[in-house]
Amino acid sequence: MAWEIVIGLETHTQLSTQTKIFSGSSTHYGALPNTQANEVDLALPGSLPVMNRAAVERAIRFGLAVGATVAPRSIFARKNYFYPDSPKNYQISQFEIPVVLGGSLSFFVGDTEKTVNLTRAHLEEDAGKSLHDNFVGPHGESSSGIDLNRAGTPLLEIVSEPEMRSAAEAVAYAKALHSLVVWLGICDGNMQEGSFRVDANVSVRPEGQKEFGTRCEIKNVNSFRFLERAIQYEVRRQIELIEDGGKVVQETRLYDSDRDETRSMRSKEDAHDYRYFPDPDLPPLVIAASWIEEVRQSMPELPSALRERFESEYGLAAVDAAQLSSSRELAGYFEEVAHALPAGQAKLAANWLMGEVSATLNREEKTITQCPVSAEALAALLTRIIDGTISNKIARDVFAAMWLGEHGGQADAIIQAKGLTQINDTGAISVMIDAVLAEQAAIVAEYRAGKQKAFNSLVGQIMKAAKGKANPQQVNDLLKAKLDA
Amino acid sequence: MSNTLLQFNSLAQLGQALSARKLSATELAQDCLKQIQDQQALNAFVHVDAELTLTQARLADAAIAAGTAGPLTGIPIAHKDLFVTEGWRSTAGSNMLKNYVSPFDATVVRKLREAGCVSLGKLNCDEFAMGSGNEHSAFGPARNPWDPSAVPGGSSGASAAAVAAKLVMATTGTDTGGSVRQPAALCGVSGIKPTYGAVSRYGMIAYGSSLDQAGPLAANAADLVELLDTMSGFDPRDATSAEQCHSVANAPGRIRSEYQSTNAQYAAQGAQPLKGLRIGVPREYFGDGLNNEVAQAVEAAIAQFEALGAKRVDISLPRTQLSIPAYYVIAPAEASSNLSRYDGVRYGHRSESYTDLADMTARSRAEGFGPEVQRRILIGTYVLSHGYYDAYYLQAQRLRRMIADDFQTALTTQCDVIMGPVTPTVAAPIGHSQDDPTADWLADVYTLGLNLAGLPGMSIPCGFGRGASGRQLPVGLQIIGNYFDEGRLLAIAHQYQQTTDWHQRIAGQA
Repeated sequence: MAWEIVIGLETHTQLSTQTKIFSGSSTHYGALPNTQANEVDLALPGSLPVMNRAAVERAIRFGLAVGATVAPRSIFARKNYFYPDSPKNYQISQFEIPVVLGGSLSFFVGDTEKTVNLTRAHLEEDAGKSLHDNFVGPHGESSSGIDLNRAGTPLLEIVSEPEMRSAAEAVAYAKALHSLVVWLGICDGNMQEGSFRVDANVSVRPEGQKEFGTRCEIKNVNSFRFLERAIQYEVRRQIELIEDGGKVVQETRLYDSDRDETRSMRSKEDAHDYRYFPDPDLPPLVIAASWIEEVRQSMPELPSALRERFESEYGLAAVDAAQLSSSRELAGYFEEVAHALPAGQAKLAANWLMGEVSATLNREEKTITQCPVSAEALAALLTRIIDGTISNKIARDVFAAMWLGEHGGQADAIIQAKGLTQINDTGAISVMIDAVLAEQAAIVAEYRAGKQKAFNSLVGQIMKAAKGKANPQQVNDLLKAKLDA
Repeated sequence: MSNTLLQFNSLAQLGQALSARKLSATELAQDCLKQIQDQQALNAFVHVDAELTLTQARLADAAIAAGTAGPLTGIPIAHKDLFVTEGWRSTAGSNMLKNYVSPFDATVVRKLREAGCVSLGKLNCDEFAMGSGNEHSAFGPARNPWDPSAVPGGSSGASAAAVAAKLVMATTGTDTGGSVRQPAALCGVSGIKPTYGAVSRYGMIAYGSSLDQAGPLAANAADLVELLDTMSGFDPRDATSAEQCHSVANAPGRIRSEYQSTNAQYAAQGAQPLKGLRIGVPREYFGDGLNNEVAQAVEAAIAQFEALGAKRVDISLPRTQLSIPAYYVIAPAEASSNLSRYDGVRYGHRSESYTDLADMTARSRAEGFGPEVQRRILIGTYVLSHGYYDAYYLQAQRLRRMIADDFQTALTTQCDVIMGPVTPTVAAPIGHSQDDPTADWLADVYTLGLNLAGLPGMSIPCGFGRGASGRQLPVGLQIIGNYFDEGRLLAIAHQYQQTTDWHQRIAGQA
């Protein structure tokens, strides 16, 4: 039987505010345990939460970016459950009326564009952390430690519709969402530190069936690679289970990356009754139209708008435009290079950014902001390709030298110092060709006998003799003329 | 040594004596400390720390000497143990917090301290403010100064008892369903619950967050003015505190100036100062269950207001009875969640023996909370549970809106203020309801509606009735106003107290 996979994602995005969502404590990551927890975060008697405007502002930014409705009035609710890293033993969240409703996100899966609708995005507070190291309790028993530094960090939980049909689509969605929240400056995107955490709701159904199958929720997957593997494992597990005559049980599962499998955490039967009710400590969150307008005015150009502009202004293909607009920094770098080049040469800049530059960044585990070659310097290099001073191939060697900072990282200085200037002198090239033809009579004979490969071999010999510097087009043209004469 | 406070009829009089340096704040504080010790049988105080008190008194004396004193400098007060305090323990009357010391002062506590008040310590109350007799306290019941076998009311029972026994000049209380007004009535003192949002709840240990408000208790309405004015004001740490009261900023000075201008207006009307004031008397407040002597005292008080020029208007608050179920769903629902934080993990009582985390939490709570608190947590958890939420919690919220609408109809179309009894009877004997834990709940019928609506209301002494032991016990008159009418309510009460002396009667000397 053919199976259809159905995936919806819930993403916990830590908002990049200076202070917590309901208290004045710092949200800075990595401090000593419990040094960033005040009376509100510790839930001391008499403490009260007060909404942090900066968190709301970020939620509005997100809502505008995905074309959602920003609710003029939303409600904070208490989600009641006992757990020691949740100091009030309830979490302040939004339940019935969230701050952001609807919206959608478009992205490429390979060469195909896909749009996923969003259900909602709501504000809530993060929990602290339980540390299951070997603490010893007051009676000598083994205990767990609680670190409440993270408690109260603002989260925007972004819920998608179950519209993804493969692990690859889910990963592409998660990556696009990650790029967007970083682009908007509402989240630092640091997945190692838990700033961007994804839960996946996964189910399968026979192709053509309308009703959804029973879903399982995979919790807290902290990398895109693990997300893909967790979904793949879970899909396989569900299909095998059903094909063996079993039934999928609705439950929460944890992905274990060491064993590459998902494990049951709790089933629906022992699911909590969270007893949601409106938090009487917080009045409804009222967002005036003027505030939304203010945020709209301060928004950066959105990736979708930028992508369209890259296509129309620079004539880039949609996939290329999408890739270059995946981060503000990359897009900015690209535009700076493109602007410094003669009109019509943006494609060269795009190819270089997605080719040599990206490859080197990946290899060196750096981001575009850490690229030692500035946009200006790269543009100077590309200019030398355009004016014929060097070939594309030589340019890659020059780029490598620029990366290492040789000769001040300046393309012209490197070209000059290393004598890499392309030989465009027909006479000089002609002399080199004649020398090679004289030496390689056998290959010439092969070519004349109809072996096309022999031509390429001769080009190689000539370029070798020219130390790669001969203008390849001229070599081609001249060689052909000489052989066919 | 006789009680120094007995020499002073009003806070203003005492303030003048202090500023004229006829007595020092330190001497006065020492005398209060002694009176508290002498009257330990009242069980009013749960924590006294002479050094902390005397430090504050010396600061007050220094301010007086420096000429920087205000009207409250050196005035001896005490706080209900529902307010957290630096220095003194903050227990909420519970074993759960028996040894808890807060690292910060409640906003109310801070404001009164900054105004120069000298705190004598922390006052007994019903555990987490759940109760109407101060009997549900881990420290044992507080007693009524008019009759030690009777309750002082609750939950701010000891706050009223301490004022009635002249242990301090004034106290703070909290009122979630009547907890300032009811003990004020039963102990023969004056107390006011302001409009929800007028006073910060920061540092007030939460019971029913949408209902809780702090208010002062003192001998008379005039004394309450300066205290409430100082306590009130917008607090950026409490998102439910009001920034504006109609078009006036919620800041100190608002209540005092409204009180003064209203009094000036009344004074200009000569022998009929309250001429033009319409008093709504809800017929539902005078039905079955109201004790005759209480009814007579309240009727006599209303007649006195008429003599002062006011007009009596019969009104109806048809959902008065329904305020009981509405309140006893909403308050426990909020409490069940508010009290979840007491789990033995970070502070408070932790059980000595447990098998695992869940067991630790369960045992700590079972040991730390008394039966009334456990009862309300169970009710609150139940009414919020899946499948019951709509039938109980949402239904109660609908009722709450209707009750508030009933008050608005009356206060905007029929009358300026509403008057009636605070309680159906005078103070009951201690232990009267131990076999029927919900009997007390029904006696809250006249006070709950106000909290549900968020309106301000006060209780002033208006007479006496016979208690179970045969002694004469105080009766209170309730005066209810519209939102942010505190200054006017206090002025109206003041007019009454100018022509009556119930508020000057002193327990043991009546």
